[in-house]
Amino acid sequence: MRLPARPGERLNRDREVTFTYDGNAVRAFEGDTIGSALYASGQRIFSRSFKYHRPRGLLCCSGSCPNCMMTVDGVPNVRVCAEPVRENAVVRPQNVWGSLERDALVVTDKLGGPFTPVGFYYRTMIRPRWAWPLYEKFLRSVAGLGKLDKHGTRANRYDVEHRRARVLVIGGGRAGREAAQQHAVAGMQVVLVDEGFVDPLEGVEVVAPGRALGIWEGGLVPVDAGRVLYRFRAEKIVVATGTIEQPLVFPGNDLVGVMLPDGVRRLIEDWGIKPAEKAVVVTVDEAGREAAASLREAGVEIAGVYDLRRERVREIVARGRGGVLRSVEVDGRKLSCDLLVMSGGRQPAYSLLSQAGARVEYDPGRGVFIPTDIPEGIEAVGSVAGEGLAGAVPAASYNGASGKGKCFVCVCEDVTDKDLKRAIAEGFDSIELAKRYTTVTMGPCQGRLCHVPSIRLYARENEKDEATIGTTTARPPWAPVTLGLLAGRPHEPAQRTAIHHRHKELGAKMMWTGTWRRPHSYGDPEGEAQSVHASVGVIDVSTLGKMIVRGPDSAQFLERLYPNRFGDMKPMRIRYGVLNSDAGRIMDDGTIARLDDETFYVTTTSTGAGAVLEWFEWWNAVWGMDVEIVNVTGGLAAVNVAGPRAREVMRKLTDIDLSNEGLAYLDAREAQIAGVPSLILRIGFVGELGYELHFPSPYGEHVWNEILDAGEEFGIRPFGLEPQRILRLEKMHILVGQDTDSESNVLEANMPWIAKLDKDDFVGKWSLEQVQERGLQDLLVGFEMEDGKVPLEGAQVVLEGTRPIGRITSSRWSPELRKAIGMAWVPAAIAEEGKSFLVTVDGGFERATVRLRPFFDPDGEKLRS
Amino acid sequence: MSFLLDCPNCGPRDVNEFSCAGEVTVRPKESPTLRELTSYIYFRRNVAGVQREWWYHRQGCEVWFQAERDTRTNEVLRTEIVEPSSRAGTPGPEAVATPDAPAV
Repeated sequence: MRLPARPGERLNRDREVTFTYDGNAVRAFEGDTIGSALYASGQRIFSRSFKYHRPRGLLCCSGSCPNCMMTVDGVPNVRVCAEPVRENAVVRPQNVWGSLERDALVVTDKLGGPFTPVGFYYRTMIRPRWAWPLYEKFLRSVAGLGKLDKHGTRANRYDVEHRRARVLVIGGGRAGREAAQQHAVAGMQVVLVDEGFVDPLEGVEVVAPGRALGIWEGGLVPVDAGRVLYRFRAEKIVVATGTIEQPLVFPGNDLVGVMLPDGVRRLIEDWGIKPAEKAVVVTVDEAGREAAASLREAGVEIAGVYDLRRERVREIVARGRGGVLRSVEVDGRKLSCDLLVMSGGRQPAYSLLSQAGARVEYDPGRGVFIPTDIPEGIEAVGSVAGEGLAGAVPAASYNGASGKGKCFVCVCEDVTDKDLKRAIAEGFDSIELAKRYTTVTMGPCQGRLCHVPSIRLYARENEKDEATIGTTTARPPWAPVTLGLLAGRPHEPAQRTAIHHRHKELGAKMMWTGTWRRPHSYGDPEGEAQSVHASVGVIDVSTLGKMIVRGPDSAQFLERLYPNRFGDMKPMRIRYGVLNSDAGRIMDDGTIARLDDETFYVTTTSTGAGAVLEWFEWWNAVWGMDVEIVNVTGGLAAVNVAGPRAREVMRKLTDIDLSNEGLAYLDAREAQIAGVPSLILRIGFVGELGYELHFPSPYGEHVWNEILDAGEEFGIRPFGLEPQRILRLEKMHILVGQDTDSESNVLEANMPWIAKLDKDDFVGKWSLEQVQERGLQDLLVGFEMEDGKVPLEGAQVVLEGTRPIGRITSSRWSPELRKAIGMAWVPAAIAEEGKSFLVTVDGGFERATVRLRPFFDPDGEKLRS
Repeated sequence: MSFLLDCPNCGPRDVNEFSCAGEVTVRPKESPTLRELTSYIYFRRNVAGVQREWWYHRQGCEVWFQAERDTRTNEVLRTEIVEPSSRAGTPGPEAVATPDAPAV
């Protein structure tokens, strides 16, 4: 079957590759595609058609048509004519019951009648109504192309790369290569993309095989390069996509053995295959004649060449047996053959240009659609712009025929000329409607081989010209693309603190908070919480957002941003602050320590760090104050040592005066902790005497280890986020985003002391004034359950079984208080100490009592101790 | 949405690197009426045409700048970091001269 080696072929005949097809080994040469190797091995039927299950063979042999789609290594719908051979690849046919040669579903082709005309789903299967589930079950099993493994996981790793190009040339044919070279000579950075195999070009980066999927706004061209999706941003795009050979429409034009001229040329020239024994050529242009010449040279007998430009041919009928071509009848003259080359002219591949905004106009002189009004920044070169296209296509070439046998306009979706005529008769006389009704142009070839024939047929049947019929809209993707490639690599960004690995060693159960990984607990949340009350505990709080705000205007800047007052703050003092938007809504909270006159150290919530930095930078851009903001979140680690014995632990790590007089509640101090320069903040989110230490991240594990060592004699225990949540709830300290939402404000969140409404101005002041004026409606309050049952967070608050009037935002069992406690939004009328409401718990109602003061240490004596 | 935006620091970059804070608004100078306040907080002009917007180069140099963008075509006519001289002493960014009146 192989011809002797010839110059220019793509094969390396010294290297063999073996793969399996349907369980049998197939030998190929390096440079073969799976399709060429199968053809060389004698395979002729490559697929079964979508609807009728008719046998189909190689048609375009260039990756455009649907005829060679198979499942390769579990990936369905691979066009094997363009898929390079791989050692041990497993290739299987698809869309068959049985084998390609004997497909049980071919019965749909024989039955015909009411079961197969266009739109039959909509008509045939709606009655009787009760039978639809049966129809559907059957249809589902036979519809679609290829099968996916429902339990499969990612088979391949895909990547996305963002690239830039001064000039991006799409298409590596003669015109594309010339354009690429010209731009490269002019000193520009040029990238050339081609679907097939392209020889290297000096000064040009070649991406091949790679398929441009579309042209989007702003010169965005995603290129499918197999395992990588390149998102090219091009300043200039040169489209040199060339033309697509068009089939002729006649009965039997889908038989195995009917091919387009370029496919024949590839088989002979690229892969050294003698495609057939005896061939007939029917053509409207030079391409058919050139194919005939190549065939002759390859030793194929030419039974006849019909050039429709010169000969008047009324009827062409291809006949076959078992779907494989046996003969062609031209005006009644029968020619036996096993290859029919049909050439219906070339249509510019204008889809990418059309996506970019070009118009498409019918050229009656040449019988094709030519792109015009090419938008700025885009250039069309070569035959896609109409260059070198032959004259008009003779009428006979697309007249179809009235003879027996199916006459396919669209091989992807098995749409025949009769289907289109029927659609017109039913009133679908616009090509856009016909597309949706008959699905012509909507199959895997995306109209490459059926767009022009369907428009020609529409023009003839409607007695209009092609220009009036117009084209359908071309949308991306221009080439089929796997969803895996579009999804890219499975990125799951994770941030870890500097102490992460110590937590793992200590057996922490990790959880997500935003993108951070944090210890939920070390296995005993309640016990960990209790040890903070009883002795001392330590928690990693490195995830807190941390910023330095510095400059002559820094105090004034913070005064404008926060409702709190900062101008009166003494250096080395700390204040709790809540950030509001101008709509008065709570955005974030944290502590602000004044380090010196012009420097503040601001912490934010763990998940709010990015948003707060953006917020600060924005207002600084708006106000233009003399302030610099530096984000030090990643640079600094932080831990909180808390509990009645925290001071004793700290004494072992630092020399500074830790007495209540030396370092009082809400004092800050810079000091060496275990030899590491640190900032100590004496604050108490968890309600006990506490020191929050901030220090450079690289010392994270060192400081953590030193604290655990120093605390050993006091029974120190690390505690996670869950115990911290129990502890903070005992103090009624809010969690922004948990207890508040995008509607909450500080007045109704029961923190009126935060808002200094007598200040001249701060972000959110006016809205808070409006809230005060309208009166408080719903308030955030604490509650304890009478019977000790813990309601679900998000549970409804109801009043005596009537209607929901509020909701639970936080709830926990407090092992310290031996109570079920929580926080809830309730109407102002109920928000008084000692009032009660009902909560839904386990489908019933339980009574809860309002508490306005912290459950634990309400006067803060322990914090200040 | 897919276009390039000219970051005043970094040059043309993919729009995905930025976050947009919407059209430039004017913050009332002193105690606004309820109508002025809600107009400032909730109402936008939403023009079909050239609009001045705040943009933040989140995945880049983290600068806030303003861009003039045609909302119909996504063509970015101009980007600039607002100079302190043009904003000194004012409580909000300068308004852009635009032909049509605000919505409220």
